[in-house]
Amino acid sequence: MAETVQTQSGQDRDTPPLLSVRHLKKRFGAVQALRDVSLDVHRGEVVALVGDNGAGKSTTIKIISGVEVPDEGEIFFEGSRVTLSTPAASEALGIQTVYQDLALCDNLDIVSNLYLGRELYRTIIPGVIRVMNHAEMEKNAIPVLKRLGINLPPLNTSVASLSGGQRQTVAVARAVLWGSKLVILDEPTAALGVAQTRAVLDLVKRLAESGVGVLVISHNLSDVFEVADRIVVLRLGQTVANYVTSEVSGEKVVAAITGATEEEVVP
Amino acid sequence: MKVVAADSANSTAEASGRRLLADRLRLRFASGDLGLIPVIIALVVIWIVFELINSHFLTGRNISNLILQSVEIGLLGIGETFILLLGEIDLSIAAVSGVAAAILVLLSSAGVNPWLAIVASLAAGAVLGVFQGVWVTLVGVPAFIVTLAGSLGYQGFLLAMLGDAGTVPIENSTLLGLATTYVSGVYAWILALLGVLLYLWVLLQRRTSRLRYELDRVPDLGSIGARVIALAVVSALIVLALNTYRGIPVAGLVLIALILVFSYVTQSTRFGRHVYALGGHREAARRAGIRVKHVRIAVFTLAGVFGAAGGIMGASRLGSASPASGGGDLLLDSIAAAVIGGTSLFGGRGSVWNALAGALVIGSVENGMDLLSAPSSTKYLVEGGILLVAVTIDTLTRRRRAKAGR
Repeated sequence: MAETVQTQSGQDRDTPPLLSVRHLKKRFGAVQALRDVSLDVHRGEVVALVGDNGAGKSTTIKIISGVEVPDEGEIFFEGSRVTLSTPAASEALGIQTVYQDLALCDNLDIVSNLYLGRELYRTIIPGVIRVMNHAEMEKNAIPVLKRLGINLPPLNTSVASLSGGQRQTVAVARAVLWGSKLVILDEPTAALGVAQTRAVLDLVKRLAESGVGVLVISHNLSDVFEVADRIVVLRLGQTVANYVTSEVSGEKVVAAITGATEEEVVP
Repeated sequence: MKVVAADSANSTAEASGRRLLADRLRLRFASGDLGLIPVIIALVVIWIVFELINSHFLTGRNISNLILQSVEIGLLGIGETFILLLGEIDLSIAAVSGVAAAILVLLSSAGVNPWLAIVASLAAGAVLGVFQGVWVTLVGVPAFIVTLAGSLGYQGFLLAMLGDAGTVPIENSTLLGLATTYVSGVYAWILALLGVLLYLWVLLQRRTSRLRYELDRVPDLGSIGARVIALAVVSALIVLALNTYRGIPVAGLVLIALILVFSYVTQSTRFGRHVYALGGHREAARRAGIRVKHVRIAVFTLAGVFGAAGGIMGASRLGSASPASGGGDLLLDSIAAAVIGGTSLFGGRGSVWNALAGALVIGSVENGMDLLSAPSSTKYLVEGGILLVAVTIDTLTRRRRAKAGR
């Protein structure tokens, strides 16, 4: 729990949060997906976003990653107000989202996936011939993987032959490689085995220790309690609770998620 | 936790040590990435069988013919390979080759400079390719339908262009020379030597670049030497055989040169990488910021150009363009060449070398059957069988890959 203490003290300092989302509202046709969502993520902190299906978790991260534009509300990044109208705008700020389906190309190897769309190259004839620099890409990936304590098979292994946990690791490593300040993970442990879940949770912790802000969506409360410094609960498109993990019980979080009063849950 | 750590420590340790060849092959087999191995085995078997039945099969003259027969299929096969890498299919590539052949021949008989005629013909292929690419990518009609419609339409073009003339012969010696010029004697040996040296240089370059960046898995000089010697022996045998006839056909050299260039494009440029990425997971490619539409239109254009190149070579070999240009088995042969070579119908896997190997398999079977004066019925049955086996291998490896994948 050393990390928690550390980030708590970090939070107490008067630095502005890395990401601050204020009073988001979003309507899709007849559905009011978000009524009033607010949350903060600090540097080096893991914030879990929990809630039942339809609570607005996905819409919230889509807005933060620039896929959807909110109807109302403000987003501050590193203290200044930002407009995230496209995914590219979010990425330019250093916000990387790792989606549930991971968005990896199975037929390519690990290095190619890490650098997909941002290949390093040398120019042979300016404007005409650019050659990818395979070796440089691999070389630059190694320290990032090492820093996160990631053990992967040789980097020329095709992603198709990796395990679920390793694939998740590649997806996260890719987000980190691009120097992101905030990494959003959508259900990072869904569909993983026990040992793999373990490895991914450790990775999330190390990610935060390295100073990155992490926003995790998860259905699995035991994972959330394991890894998160704070827990933000959404219900019916509203932020209903914002707990410090070490000061809250599982029952309380469940009660907030379901909307049951505490008395009904706690005997 | 312990389990995972131990596991991954194991695999990295395994990787840092030099893997035995057998081990590497087993791994490749498990991941379904066999590359050229099956098709080369098939080619060797086919050659041995035909040679045993008819000792004229492996003579210089016949190998020379076989290469000329394979060039057109090979060129179309490269174009089709690019389309298959995207996970699409092009049913029009043979019809494009017919149109290109007609344009070439008509311009040439109108007295246009032969090289200009070649450029015009290739440009026509590019235009048809762009048209199809735009239709598939921007309008969103499936490639299967767009290229099927294209195929019918282009046959209409071909008939309209040739009009009442029917078959138009080529009189220009430069154009005829494409399929009838040979590099022989000592020049053939020099070319073979250059090819081997190029291969050696590429392998050494890879090694130095890994060394320069202080990476592991540096290819050792022994295996580089073994590969270069293998290539040297094979090319020496081929040159030896071809020199007993007229030498290396220039058409074959053009095919090899294009394969070298485009193997480089697919493996070492961003464009090539993005083509593979699109075939692997289009949504992932889009999210990674790859300009998906540009890449797809470019690939269709490239296929059109390769179709035209095949048409030019075909017209030169036959010495004419006719309403039958680009017809017959050509389309299925070119798709079969790509697939038999090991390019997946499901996108994202394959290489332009596969098109060469596949074209040689098809060329060898057709040539061997002709040599045995087998009836068309047998030819069709054998080719159909080979295609079925190739696609079955593709499907099975894909299934095994899916199983091993997770």
